[in-house]
Amino acid sequence: MSEFLLIMKNELVITFIIFLLLFIKLGKGMKNESLLSLIQFLLLLNVGQGFTFSEGNLFGNMFTNTEQIALEKNILNLGVYLISLLGAGWLKQHKHLPEFFMLMLSALLGMNFLISSGNLLIFFLSLELSSIPVAAMANFDLEKKASSEAAMKMILSSAFSSGILLFGISLIYGTTGTISFAELPAALNGSTLQILAFVFLFTSFAFKLSIVPFHLWTADVYEGAPIAVTSFLSVISKGSVAFIFITALYKVFSPLQQTWYNMLVILSIATMITGNLFALRQQNLKRFLAFSSITQVGFILFGISGGTNASTSAVIYFVLIYVFSNLAVFGVVSIVSSATGRETISDFKAFYQNNKLLSWVMALALFSLAGVPPTAGFFGKMFLIVAGAGNSYLWFLVIAALNLVVSLYYYLKVVRAIFMDKNDNPIEKITIGASEKLGLIICSAGIVLVGLLSWVYQYISQL
Amino acid sequence: MTQPGLYHLLFISAALFFIGVYGFLTRRNLITMLMSVELILNSVNLNFIAFNKYLWPHRLDGVFFTVFVIAIAAAEAAVAIAIIINLYRSHQSIDVENAEELKY
Repeated sequence: MSEFLLIMKNELVITFIIFLLLFIKLGKGMKNESLLSLIQFLLLLNVGQGFTFSEGNLFGNMFTNTEQIALEKNILNLGVYLISLLGAGWLKQHKHLPEFFMLMLSALLGMNFLISSGNLLIFFLSLELSSIPVAAMANFDLEKKASSEAAMKMILSSAFSSGILLFGISLIYGTTGTISFAELPAALNGSTLQILAFVFLFTSFAFKLSIVPFHLWTADVYEGAPIAVTSFLSVISKGSVAFIFITALYKVFSPLQQTWYNMLVILSIATMITGNLFALRQQNLKRFLAFSSITQVGFILFGISGGTNASTSAVIYFVLIYVFSNLAVFGVVSIVSSATGRETISDFKAFYQNNKLLSWVMALALFSLAGVPPTAGFFGKMFLIVAGAGNSYLWFLVIAALNLVVSLYYYLKVVRAIFMDKNDNPIEKITIGASEKLGLIICSAGIVLVGLLSWVYQYISQL
Repeated sequence: MTQPGLYHLLFISAALFFIGVYGFLTRRNLITMLMSVELILNSVNLNFIAFNKYLWPHRLDGVFFTVFVIAIAAAEAAVAIAIIINLYRSHQSIDVENAEELKY
Protein backbone atom coordinates (compact mmCIF):
# COMPACT_ATOMS: atom_id res chain seq x y z
CA MET A 1 0.00 0.00 0.00
CA SER A 2 2.69 2.49 0.94
CA GLU A 3 4.56 1.46 -2.19
CA PHE A 4 1.48 2.36 -4.22
CA LEU A 5 1.30 5.78 -2.54
CA LEU A 6 4.96 6.53 -3.15
CA ILE A 7 5.30 5.42 -6.75
CA MET A 8 2.11 7.14 -7.89
CA LYS A 9 2.73 10.22 -5.75
CA ASN A 10 2.73 12.69 -8.62
CA GLU A 11 -0.58 11.46 -9.98
CA LEU A 12 -2.16 11.34 -6.54
CA VAL A 13 -1.16 14.93 -5.80
CA ILE A 14 -2.70 16.11 -9.07
CA THR A 15 -5.88 14.16 -8.34
CA PHE A 16 -6.00 15.75 -4.90
CA ILE A 17 -5.77 19.24 -6.42
CA ILE A 18 -8.54 18.41 -8.88
CA PHE A 19 -10.83 17.29 -6.05
CA LEU A 20 -9.96 20.35 -4.00
CA LEU A 21 -10.97 22.59 -6.89
CA LEU A 22 -14.18 20.60 -7.29
CA PHE A 23 -15.10 21.20 -3.64
CA ILE A 24 -14.24 24.88 -3.91
CA LYS A 25 -16.52 25.09 -6.91
CA LEU A 26 -19.31 23.27 -5.09
CA GLY A 27 -18.94 25.41 -1.99
CA LYS A 28 -19.65 29.10 -1.63
CA GLY A 29 -17.09 30.09 -4.21
CA MET A 30 -14.17 32.48 -3.98
CA LYS A 31 -13.13 35.65 -5.70
CA ASN A 32 -11.26 34.92 -8.91
CA GLU A 33 -8.07 36.71 -7.80
CA SER A 34 -7.68 34.79 -4.55
CA LEU A 35 -8.67 31.52 -6.19
CA LEU A 36 -6.06 32.03 -8.89
CA SER A 37 -3.36 32.72 -6.30
CA LEU A 38 -4.39 29.57 -4.42
CA ILE A 39 -4.19 27.53 -7.63
CA GLN A 40 -0.79 29.00 -8.48
CA PHE A 41 0.45 28.10 -5.01
CA LEU A 42 -0.86 24.52 -5.33
CA LEU A 43 0.77 24.13 -8.72
CA LEU A 44 4.05 25.42 -7.31
CA LEU A 45 3.79 22.79 -4.56
CA ASN A 46 3.12 20.27 -7.29
CA VAL A 47 6.36 21.25 -9.04
CA GLY A 48 8.18 21.03 -5.72
CA GLN A 49 6.97 17.54 -4.88
CA GLY A 50 7.97 16.42 -8.37
CA PHE A 51 11.64 16.61 -7.38
CA THR A 52 11.23 13.64 -5.06
CA PHE A 53 10.20 10.32 -6.50
CA SER A 54 10.52 6.60 -6.00
CA GLU A 55 11.14 4.11 -8.76
CA GLY A 56 9.18 0.95 -9.32
CA ASN A 57 6.42 -0.88 -11.17
CA LEU A 58 2.77 -1.18 -10.21
CA PHE A 59 -0.24 -3.27 -11.27
CA GLY A 60 1.73 -5.98 -13.01
CA ASN A 61 4.00 -3.59 -14.98
CA MET A 62 1.08 -1.48 -16.17
CA PHE A 63 2.58 1.57 -14.49
CA THR A 64 6.30 2.26 -14.27
CA ASN A 65 8.22 5.09 -12.71
CA THR A 66 11.93 5.75 -13.13
CA GLU A 67 14.14 8.75 -12.50
CA GLN A 68 13.90 9.74 -16.17
CA ILE A 69 10.10 9.48 -16.17
CA ALA A 70 9.91 11.51 -12.97
CA LEU A 71 11.99 14.24 -14.61
CA GLU A 72 9.75 14.25 -17.68
CA LYS A 73 6.68 14.54 -15.47
CA ASN A 74 8.16 17.41 -13.58
CA ILE A 75 8.94 19.29 -16.80
CA LEU A 76 5.23 19.08 -17.59
CA ASN A 77 4.29 20.19 -14.04
CA LEU A 78 6.57 23.18 -14.43
CA GLY A 79 4.97 24.05 -17.75
CA VAL A 80 1.48 24.02 -16.23
CA TYR A 81 2.65 26.24 -13.36
CA LEU A 82 4.12 28.73 -15.85
CA ILE A 83 0.88 28.76 -17.84
CA SER A 84 -1.10 29.55 -14.69
CA LEU A 85 1.26 32.49 -14.09
CA LEU A 86 1.42 33.82 -17.64
CA GLY A 87 -2.25 33.43 -18.46
CA ALA A 88 -3.34 35.25 -15.28
CA GLY A 89 -4.67 38.30 -17.13
CA TRP A 90 -7.11 36.24 -19.17
CA LEU A 91 -7.89 33.75 -16.41
CA LYS A 92 -8.87 36.39 -13.85
CA GLN A 93 -11.63 37.70 -16.09
CA HIS A 94 -13.03 34.28 -16.84
CA LYS A 95 -16.08 33.25 -14.85
CA HIS A 96 -15.35 29.50 -15.05
CA LEU A 97 -11.87 29.55 -13.54
CA PRO A 98 -12.11 26.36 -11.38
CA GLU A 99 -13.47 24.34 -14.30
CA PHE A 100 -10.65 25.51 -16.51
CA PHE A 101 -8.03 24.27 -14.09
CA MET A 102 -9.93 21.06 -13.44
CA LEU A 103 -9.81 20.28 -17.14
CA MET A 104 -6.20 21.34 -17.48
CA LEU A 105 -5.13 19.22 -14.51
CA SER A 106 -7.12 16.25 -15.80
CA ALA A 107 -5.20 16.53 -19.03
CA LEU A 108 -1.96 16.80 -17.06
CA LEU A 109 -2.95 13.70 -15.09
CA GLY A 110 -3.55 11.87 -18.34
CA MET A 111 -0.13 12.93 -19.59
CA ASN A 112 1.54 11.69 -16.42
CA PHE A 113 -0.11 8.30 -16.82
CA LEU A 114 0.79 8.38 -20.50
CA ILE A 115 4.50 8.78 -19.81
CA SER A 116 4.38 6.08 -17.14
CA SER A 117 2.30 3.60 -19.10
CA GLY A 118 3.64 0.09 -19.55
CA ASN A 119 0.69 -1.39 -21.38
CA LEU A 120 -1.27 -0.46 -24.50
CA LEU A 121 -4.52 -0.33 -22.49
CA ILE A 122 -3.20 2.26 -20.04
CA PHE A 123 -1.54 4.01 -22.95
CA PHE A 124 -4.83 4.36 -24.80
CA LEU A 125 -6.82 5.42 -21.74
CA SER A 126 -4.32 8.07 -20.72
CA LEU A 127 -3.99 9.36 -24.26
CA GLU A 128 -7.74 9.94 -24.28
CA LEU A 129 -7.65 11.49 -20.81
CA SER A 130 -4.99 13.89 -22.05
CA SER A 131 -6.80 14.89 -25.24
CA ILE A 132 -10.54 15.06 -24.47
CA PRO A 133 -10.29 17.76 -21.75
CA VAL A 134 -8.08 19.87 -24.02
CA ALA A 135 -10.83 19.96 -26.62
CA ALA A 136 -13.25 21.20 -23.98
CA MET A 137 -10.68 23.80 -22.91
CA ALA A 138 -10.34 25.04 -26.49
CA ASN A 139 -13.99 26.07 -26.27
CA PHE A 140 -13.49 28.29 -23.23
CA ASP A 141 -14.01 31.59 -25.02
CA LEU A 142 -17.65 30.61 -25.01
CA GLU A 143 -19.05 33.51 -26.98
CA LYS A 144 -16.37 33.60 -29.68
CA LYS A 145 -17.18 31.84 -32.94
CA ALA A 146 -13.56 30.94 -33.62
CA SER A 147 -13.20 29.23 -30.26
CA SER A 148 -16.05 26.79 -30.79
CA GLU A 149 -14.84 26.10 -34.30
CA ALA A 150 -11.38 25.31 -32.95
CA ALA A 151 -12.84 22.97 -30.33
CA MET A 152 -14.91 21.21 -32.97
CA LYS A 153 -11.87 20.65 -35.17
CA MET A 154 -9.84 19.44 -32.23
CA ILE A 155 -12.39 16.93 -30.89
CA LEU A 156 -13.16 15.50 -34.31
CA SER A 157 -9.54 15.04 -35.30
CA SER A 158 -8.63 13.55 -31.94
CA ALA A 159 -11.60 11.16 -32.06
CA PHE A 160 -10.65 10.09 -35.57
CA SER A 161 -7.01 9.62 -34.63
CA SER A 162 -7.93 7.56 -31.57
CA GLY A 163 -10.09 5.36 -33.81
CA ILE A 164 -7.09 4.75 -36.06
CA LEU A 165 -4.90 4.11 -33.01
CA LEU A 166 -7.36 1.54 -31.69
CA PHE A 167 -7.52 -0.28 -34.99
CA GLY A 168 -3.74 -0.51 -34.94
CA ILE A 169 -3.74 -1.79 -31.35
CA SER A 170 -6.36 -4.40 -32.20
CA LEU A 171 -4.23 -5.71 -35.07
CA ILE A 172 -1.17 -5.82 -32.82
CA TYR A 173 -3.18 -7.73 -30.23
CA GLY A 174 -4.40 -10.09 -32.92
CA THR A 175 -0.95 -10.87 -34.29
CA THR A 176 0.96 -11.06 -31.01
CA GLY A 177 -1.62 -11.87 -28.33
CA THR A 178 -0.22 -9.36 -25.86
CA ILE A 179 -0.62 -5.68 -25.12
CA SER A 180 2.16 -5.35 -22.55
CA PHE A 181 5.15 -3.19 -23.48
CA ALA A 182 7.52 -5.68 -21.86
CA GLU A 183 6.32 -8.69 -23.87
CA LEU A 184 5.74 -6.96 -27.21
CA PRO A 185 9.35 -6.70 -28.54
CA ALA A 186 9.82 -10.47 -28.34
CA ALA A 187 6.46 -11.13 -29.98
CA LEU A 188 6.89 -8.76 -32.94
CA ASN A 189 8.30 -10.48 -36.02
CA GLY A 190 7.86 -7.83 -38.71
CA SER A 191 5.05 -9.51 -40.63
CA THR A 192 3.07 -7.38 -43.07
CA LEU A 193 0.05 -7.15 -40.81
CA GLN A 194 2.21 -5.96 -37.91
CA ILE A 195 3.78 -3.28 -40.08
CA LEU A 196 0.30 -2.15 -41.12
CA ALA A 197 -0.72 -2.03 -37.46
CA PHE A 198 2.41 -0.05 -36.65
CA VAL A 199 1.61 2.43 -39.41
CA PHE A 200 -1.82 2.95 -37.86
CA LEU A 201 -0.25 3.56 -34.44
CA PHE A 202 2.32 5.89 -35.94
CA THR A 203 -0.47 7.83 -37.65
CA SER A 204 -2.18 8.57 -34.39
CA PHE A 205 1.10 9.73 -32.85
CA ALA A 206 1.52 11.92 -35.91
CA PHE A 207 -1.92 13.44 -35.29
CA LYS A 208 -1.06 14.27 -31.69
CA LEU A 209 2.39 15.65 -32.52
CA SER A 210 1.00 17.39 -35.64
CA ILE A 211 3.50 15.83 -37.99
CA VAL A 212 2.88 16.65 -41.66
CA PRO A 213 0.55 15.37 -43.35
CA PHE A 214 -1.56 15.15 -40.17
CA HIS A 215 -0.96 18.74 -39.10
CA LEU A 216 -4.03 20.34 -40.63
CA TRP A 217 -5.94 20.83 -37.38
CA THR A 218 -3.00 22.49 -35.61
CA ALA A 219 -3.04 26.01 -37.01
CA ASP A 220 -6.81 26.38 -36.79
CA VAL A 221 -6.99 25.13 -33.22
CA TYR A 222 -4.06 27.31 -32.14
CA GLU A 223 -5.61 30.41 -33.63
CA GLY A 224 -9.12 29.85 -32.37
CA ALA A 225 -8.42 28.61 -28.85
CA PRO A 226 -7.68 30.97 -25.93
CA ILE A 227 -3.94 31.64 -25.64
CA ALA A 228 -3.53 29.78 -22.35
CA VAL A 229 -4.95 26.68 -24.05
CA THR A 230 -2.81 27.21 -27.14
CA SER A 231 0.34 27.34 -25.06
CA PHE A 232 -0.76 24.22 -23.16
CA LEU A 233 -1.34 22.41 -26.44
CA SER A 234 1.86 23.48 -28.10
CA VAL A 235 4.21 22.82 -25.20
CA ILE A 236 2.84 20.37 -22.63
CA SER A 237 0.77 18.21 -24.93
CA LYS A 238 3.50 17.99 -27.59
CA GLY A 239 6.15 17.30 -24.97
CA SER A 240 4.30 14.44 -23.32
CA VAL A 241 3.51 12.76 -26.63
CA ALA A 242 7.13 13.16 -27.74
CA PHE A 243 8.30 11.41 -24.54
CA ILE A 244 5.99 8.42 -24.95
CA PHE A 245 6.76 8.34 -28.68
CA ILE A 246 10.41 7.72 -27.83
CA THR A 247 9.51 4.93 -25.41
CA ALA A 248 7.20 3.34 -27.96
CA LEU A 249 9.77 3.43 -30.75
CA TYR A 250 12.89 2.49 -28.80
CA LYS A 251 11.52 -0.01 -26.31
CA VAL A 252 8.34 -1.46 -27.78
CA PHE A 253 8.86 -1.38 -31.54
CA SER A 254 12.60 -1.93 -31.54
CA PRO A 255 12.28 -4.99 -33.83
CA LEU A 256 10.79 -2.74 -36.52
CA GLN A 257 13.61 -0.19 -36.32
CA GLN A 258 14.34 -0.13 -40.07
CA THR A 259 10.68 0.57 -40.79
CA TRP A 260 10.28 3.42 -38.38
CA TYR A 261 13.63 4.92 -39.25
CA ASN A 262 12.58 5.33 -42.89
CA MET A 263 9.20 6.72 -41.85
CA LEU A 264 10.88 9.21 -39.52
CA VAL A 265 13.25 10.43 -42.24
CA ILE A 266 10.47 11.11 -44.73
CA LEU A 267 8.05 12.64 -42.23
CA SER A 268 10.73 14.74 -40.58
CA ILE A 269 11.74 16.30 -43.90
CA ALA A 270 8.11 16.90 -44.86
CA THR A 271 7.34 18.41 -41.44
CA MET A 272 10.30 20.77 -41.38
CA ILE A 273 9.76 22.04 -44.91
CA THR A 274 5.98 22.43 -44.69
CA GLY A 275 6.13 24.10 -41.30
CA ASN A 276 8.74 26.55 -42.54
CA LEU A 277 6.97 27.39 -45.79
CA PHE A 278 3.68 28.10 -44.05
CA ALA A 279 5.25 30.00 -41.18
CA LEU A 280 6.83 32.41 -43.67
CA ARG A 281 3.50 33.79 -44.84
CA GLN A 282 1.56 34.04 -41.55
CA GLN A 283 0.34 37.36 -40.19
CA ASN A 284 -1.43 36.22 -37.03
CA LEU A 285 1.14 35.54 -34.31
CA LYS A 286 -0.70 32.50 -32.91
CA ARG A 287 -0.90 30.96 -36.35
CA PHE A 288 2.74 31.81 -36.95
CA LEU A 289 3.69 30.06 -33.71
CA ALA A 290 1.58 27.06 -34.72
CA PHE A 291 3.54 26.55 -37.91
CA SER A 292 6.84 27.26 -36.24
CA SER A 293 5.98 24.62 -33.62
CA ILE A 294 5.34 22.18 -36.47
CA THR A 295 8.88 22.91 -37.65
CA GLN A 296 10.23 22.31 -34.15
CA VAL A 297 8.49 18.92 -34.13
CA GLY A 298 10.33 18.18 -37.37
CA PHE A 299 13.63 18.79 -35.58
CA ILE A 300 12.50 16.60 -32.67
CA LEU A 301 11.83 13.83 -35.19
CA PHE A 302 15.31 14.34 -36.60
CA GLY A 303 16.72 13.82 -33.11
CA ILE A 304 14.52 10.78 -32.47
CA SER A 305 15.73 9.12 -35.67
CA GLY A 306 19.15 8.73 -34.03
CA GLY A 307 17.86 5.81 -31.99
CA THR A 308 20.36 5.99 -29.12
CA ASN A 309 20.29 7.08 -25.50
CA ALA A 310 21.79 10.38 -26.63
CA SER A 311 18.63 11.01 -28.65
CA THR A 312 16.41 10.40 -25.65
CA SER A 313 18.32 12.86 -23.50
CA ALA A 314 18.56 15.38 -26.35
CA VAL A 315 14.78 15.31 -26.77
CA ILE A 316 14.14 15.71 -23.03
CA TYR A 317 16.60 18.61 -22.90
CA PHE A 318 15.06 20.20 -25.97
CA VAL A 319 11.55 19.94 -24.56
CA LEU A 320 12.72 21.54 -21.30
CA ILE A 321 14.12 24.50 -23.23
CA TYR A 322 11.09 24.59 -25.49
CA VAL A 323 8.85 24.91 -22.42
CA PHE A 324 10.71 28.04 -21.33
CA SER A 325 11.09 29.70 -24.72
CA ASN A 326 7.71 28.94 -26.22
CA LEU A 327 5.85 29.83 -23.03
CA ALA A 328 7.71 33.13 -22.87
CA VAL A 329 6.57 34.02 -26.40
CA PHE A 330 3.02 32.92 -25.67
CA GLY A 331 3.15 34.82 -22.39
CA VAL A 332 3.99 38.09 -24.11
CA VAL A 333 1.38 37.49 -26.82
CA SER A 334 -1.19 36.68 -24.14
CA ILE A 335 -0.41 39.79 -22.09
CA VAL A 336 -0.68 42.01 -25.17
CA SER A 337 -3.79 40.29 -26.45
CA SER A 338 -5.69 40.44 -23.17
CA ALA A 339 -4.77 44.12 -22.72
CA THR A 340 -5.38 45.35 -26.28
CA GLY A 341 -6.90 42.47 -28.26
CA ARG A 342 -4.21 42.76 -30.97
CA GLU A 343 -2.26 39.72 -32.06
CA THR A 344 -0.94 40.12 -35.60
CA ILE A 345 2.71 40.66 -36.47
CA SER A 346 2.06 44.10 -37.93
CA ASP A 347 0.44 45.15 -34.63
CA PHE A 348 3.76 44.41 -33.00
CA LYS A 349 5.64 46.93 -35.18
CA ALA A 350 7.51 49.41 -33.00
CA PHE A 351 6.43 47.46 -29.93
CA TYR A 352 9.78 48.37 -28.36
CA GLN A 353 8.84 52.04 -28.26
CA ASN A 354 6.47 51.67 -25.31
CA ASN A 355 7.16 48.23 -23.86
CA LYS A 356 10.87 47.76 -23.29
CA LEU A 357 10.78 44.76 -20.92
CA LEU A 358 8.24 42.75 -22.91
CA SER A 359 10.17 43.37 -26.13
CA TRP A 360 13.41 42.09 -24.64
CA VAL A 361 11.76 38.96 -23.26
CA MET A 362 10.08 38.34 -26.62
CA ALA A 363 13.37 38.84 -28.49
CA LEU A 364 15.24 36.51 -26.12
CA ALA A 365 12.61 33.81 -26.48
CA LEU A 366 12.49 34.13 -30.27
CA PHE A 367 16.28 33.89 -30.45
CA SER A 368 16.08 30.77 -28.32
CA LEU A 369 13.42 29.25 -30.59
CA ALA A 370 15.55 30.07 -33.63
CA GLY A 371 18.65 28.61 -31.95
CA VAL A 372 20.99 31.59 -31.73
CA PRO A 373 24.11 30.78 -29.64
CA PRO A 374 24.06 32.36 -26.21
CA THR A 375 20.52 31.18 -25.52
CA ALA A 376 19.58 27.67 -24.48
CA GLY A 377 17.75 27.01 -27.74
CA PHE A 378 21.08 26.77 -29.51
CA PHE A 379 22.28 23.99 -27.23
CA GLY A 380 18.96 22.17 -27.50
CA LYS A 381 19.08 22.24 -31.31
CA MET A 382 22.75 21.30 -31.30
CA PHE A 383 22.25 18.19 -29.17
CA LEU A 384 19.23 17.19 -31.26
CA ILE A 385 21.16 17.52 -34.51
CA VAL A 386 24.22 15.72 -33.10
CA ALA A 387 22.03 12.89 -31.78
CA GLY A 388 20.25 12.53 -35.11
CA ALA A 389 23.41 12.88 -37.22
CA GLY A 390 25.05 9.82 -35.70
CA ASN A 391 22.72 7.55 -37.60
CA SER A 392 21.63 9.56 -40.60
CA TYR A 393 22.28 10.09 -44.27
CA LEU A 394 24.33 13.15 -45.12
CA TRP A 395 21.62 14.70 -47.26
CA PHE A 396 19.13 14.37 -44.41
CA LEU A 397 21.49 16.33 -42.18
CA VAL A 398 21.95 19.00 -44.88
CA ILE A 399 18.19 19.43 -45.27
CA ALA A 400 17.77 19.82 -41.49
CA ALA A 401 20.54 22.42 -41.37
CA LEU A 402 19.04 24.38 -44.28
CA ASN A 403 15.67 24.39 -42.52
CA LEU A 404 17.33 25.81 -39.43
CA VAL A 405 18.48 28.77 -41.53
CA VAL A 406 15.02 29.33 -42.98
CA SER A 407 13.46 29.29 -39.52
CA LEU A 408 16.02 31.86 -38.38
CA TYR A 409 14.69 34.19 -41.10
CA TYR A 410 11.09 34.26 -39.97
CA TYR A 411 11.82 34.41 -36.25
CA LEU A 412 14.05 37.41 -36.89
CA LYS A 413 11.32 38.97 -39.01
CA VAL A 414 9.22 39.28 -35.85
CA VAL A 415 12.20 40.68 -33.92
CA ARG A 416 12.76 43.22 -36.69
CA ALA A 417 9.10 44.25 -36.55
CA ILE A 418 9.38 44.81 -32.80
CA PHE A 419 12.63 46.78 -32.77
CA MET A 420 13.15 48.41 -36.16
CA ASP A 421 9.92 48.95 -38.04
CA LYS A 422 8.04 52.23 -37.87
CA ASN A 423 4.41 52.33 -36.82
CA ASP A 424 2.03 55.29 -36.53
CA ASN A 425 -0.11 53.54 -33.97
CA PRO A 426 2.15 51.40 -31.76
CA ILE A 427 0.80 49.41 -28.84
CA GLU A 428 0.43 51.56 -25.73
CA LYS A 429 2.39 50.90 -22.56
CA ILE A 430 1.01 47.80 -20.90
CA THR A 431 1.17 47.34 -17.16
CA ILE A 432 2.24 43.82 -16.29
CA GLY A 433 0.70 42.06 -13.31
CA ALA A 434 2.87 40.52 -10.62
CA SER A 435 2.27 36.89 -11.56
CA GLU A 436 2.88 37.53 -15.25
CA LYS A 437 6.11 39.28 -14.32
CA LEU A 438 7.18 36.31 -12.20
CA GLY A 439 6.36 33.93 -15.05
CA LEU A 440 8.36 35.97 -17.56
CA ILE A 441 11.32 36.14 -15.17
CA ILE A 442 11.29 32.35 -14.68
CA CYS A 443 11.08 31.81 -18.44
CA SER A 444 13.92 34.22 -19.22
CA ALA A 445 16.09 32.76 -16.47
CA GLY A 446 15.39 29.30 -17.87
CA ILE A 447 16.27 30.36 -21.41
CA VAL A 448 19.62 31.74 -20.30
CA LEU A 449 20.61 29.32 -17.55
CA VAL A 450 19.56 25.92 -18.92
CA GLY A 451 21.99 26.41 -21.76
CA LEU A 452 24.89 27.78 -19.76
CA LEU A 453 24.76 25.42 -16.77
CA SER A 454 26.33 22.29 -18.16
CA TRP A 455 25.20 20.04 -15.29
CA VAL A 456 21.60 20.22 -16.53
CA TYR A 457 22.45 18.31 -19.68
CA GLN A 458 24.85 16.08 -17.81
CA TYR A 459 22.13 15.15 -15.34
CA ILE A 460 19.66 14.39 -18.13
CA SER A 461 22.16 12.36 -20.13
CA GLN A 462 23.22 10.13 -17.24
CA LEU A 463 19.63 9.00 -16.56
CA MET B 1 -25.30 -24.65 -39.86
CA THR B 2 -21.63 -23.78 -39.61
CA GLN B 3 -20.18 -21.33 -37.13
CA PRO B 4 -18.83 -18.06 -38.54
CA GLY B 5 -15.03 -18.15 -38.56
CA LEU B 6 -12.42 -15.54 -37.73
CA TYR B 7 -12.21 -14.35 -41.33
CA HIS B 8 -15.89 -13.52 -41.50
CA LEU B 9 -15.67 -11.37 -38.41
CA LEU B 10 -12.47 -9.68 -39.57
CA PHE B 11 -14.07 -8.93 -42.92
CA ILE B 12 -17.07 -7.30 -41.23
CA SER B 13 -14.91 -5.27 -38.91
CA ALA B 14 -12.60 -4.07 -41.70
CA ALA B 15 -15.64 -3.12 -43.77
CA LEU B 16 -17.12 -1.21 -40.82
CA PHE B 17 -13.81 0.56 -40.27
CA PHE B 18 -13.55 1.77 -43.83
CA ILE B 19 -17.21 2.73 -44.01
CA GLY B 20 -16.55 4.82 -40.93
CA VAL B 21 -13.47 6.43 -42.47
CA TYR B 22 -15.35 7.11 -45.70
CA GLY B 23 -18.25 8.63 -43.81
CA PHE B 24 -15.96 10.78 -41.71
CA LEU B 25 -14.20 12.15 -44.74
CA THR B 26 -17.24 12.77 -46.95
CA ARG B 27 -20.10 13.77 -44.63
CA ARG B 28 -20.46 17.45 -43.81
CA ASN B 29 -22.89 17.20 -40.90
CA LEU B 30 -21.14 17.11 -37.54
CA ILE B 31 -23.47 14.57 -35.95
CA THR B 32 -23.02 12.22 -38.89
CA MET B 33 -19.26 12.61 -38.62
CA LEU B 34 -19.50 11.66 -34.98
CA MET B 35 -21.57 8.63 -35.93
CA SER B 36 -18.85 7.61 -38.38
CA VAL B 37 -16.28 7.75 -35.59
CA GLU B 38 -18.53 5.49 -33.53
CA LEU B 39 -18.57 3.04 -36.44
CA ILE B 40 -14.77 3.00 -36.39
CA LEU B 41 -14.70 2.36 -32.66
CA ASN B 42 -17.25 -0.44 -32.94
CA SER B 43 -15.27 -2.11 -35.69
CA VAL B 44 -12.32 -2.08 -33.31
CA ASN B 45 -14.45 -3.72 -30.62
CA LEU B 46 -15.48 -6.45 -33.03
CA ASN B 47 -11.83 -6.97 -33.93
CA PHE B 48 -10.80 -7.33 -30.31
CA ILE B 49 -13.56 -9.78 -29.49
CA ALA B 50 -12.90 -11.87 -32.58
CA PHE B 51 -9.17 -12.09 -31.91
CA ASN B 52 -9.84 -12.90 -28.29
CA LYS B 53 -12.27 -15.70 -29.07
CA TYR B 54 -10.46 -17.37 -31.95
CA LEU B 55 -6.75 -16.74 -31.42
CA TRP B 56 -6.06 -16.03 -27.75
CA PRO B 57 -8.91 -17.53 -25.75
CA HIS B 58 -6.82 -17.75 -22.57
CA ARG B 59 -5.77 -14.10 -22.46
CA LEU B 60 -8.67 -11.80 -21.75
CA ASP B 61 -6.93 -8.53 -22.73
CA GLY B 62 -9.19 -8.19 -25.74
CA VAL B 63 -12.41 -8.30 -23.76
CA PHE B 64 -11.09 -5.81 -21.21
CA PHE B 65 -10.03 -3.49 -23.98
CA THR B 66 -13.50 -3.58 -25.49
CA VAL B 67 -15.13 -2.55 -22.23
CA PHE B 68 -12.79 0.40 -21.91
CA VAL B 69 -13.26 1.42 -25.54
CA ILE B 70 -17.03 1.56 -25.05
CA ALA B 71 -16.63 3.76 -21.98
CA ILE B 72 -14.17 6.09 -23.70
CA ALA B 73 -16.40 6.33 -26.77
CA ALA B 74 -19.25 7.49 -24.55
CA ALA B 75 -17.07 10.11 -22.88
CA GLU B 76 -15.78 11.35 -26.20
CA ALA B 77 -19.28 11.57 -27.65
CA ALA B 78 -20.46 13.53 -24.60
CA VAL B 79 -17.74 16.17 -24.96
CA ALA B 80 -18.15 16.28 -28.74
CA ILE B 81 -21.90 16.81 -28.51
CA ALA B 82 -21.42 19.56 -25.92
CA ILE B 83 -19.03 21.29 -28.29
CA ILE B 84 -21.40 20.81 -31.23
CA ILE B 85 -24.29 22.34 -29.25
CA ASN B 86 -22.13 25.34 -28.45
CA LEU B 87 -21.14 25.58 -32.11
CA TYR B 88 -24.80 25.51 -33.06
CA ARG B 89 -25.51 28.37 -30.66
CA SER B 90 -22.90 30.58 -32.26
CA HIS B 91 -23.21 29.52 -35.92
CA GLN B 92 -26.89 28.47 -36.12
CA SER B 93 -25.77 25.40 -38.05
CA ILE B 94 -23.96 22.12 -37.55
CA ASP B 95 -22.60 21.91 -41.06
CA VAL B 96 -18.79 22.00 -41.13
CA GLU B 97 -18.89 24.10 -44.30
CA ASN B 98 -20.39 26.95 -42.29
CA ALA B 99 -17.64 26.91 -39.69
CA GLU B 100 -15.10 28.82 -41.73
CA GLU B 101 -13.64 31.51 -39.52
CA LEU B 102 -10.21 29.92 -39.41
CA LYS B 103 -8.51 29.34 -42.72
CA TYR B 104 -5.08 29.16 -44.30
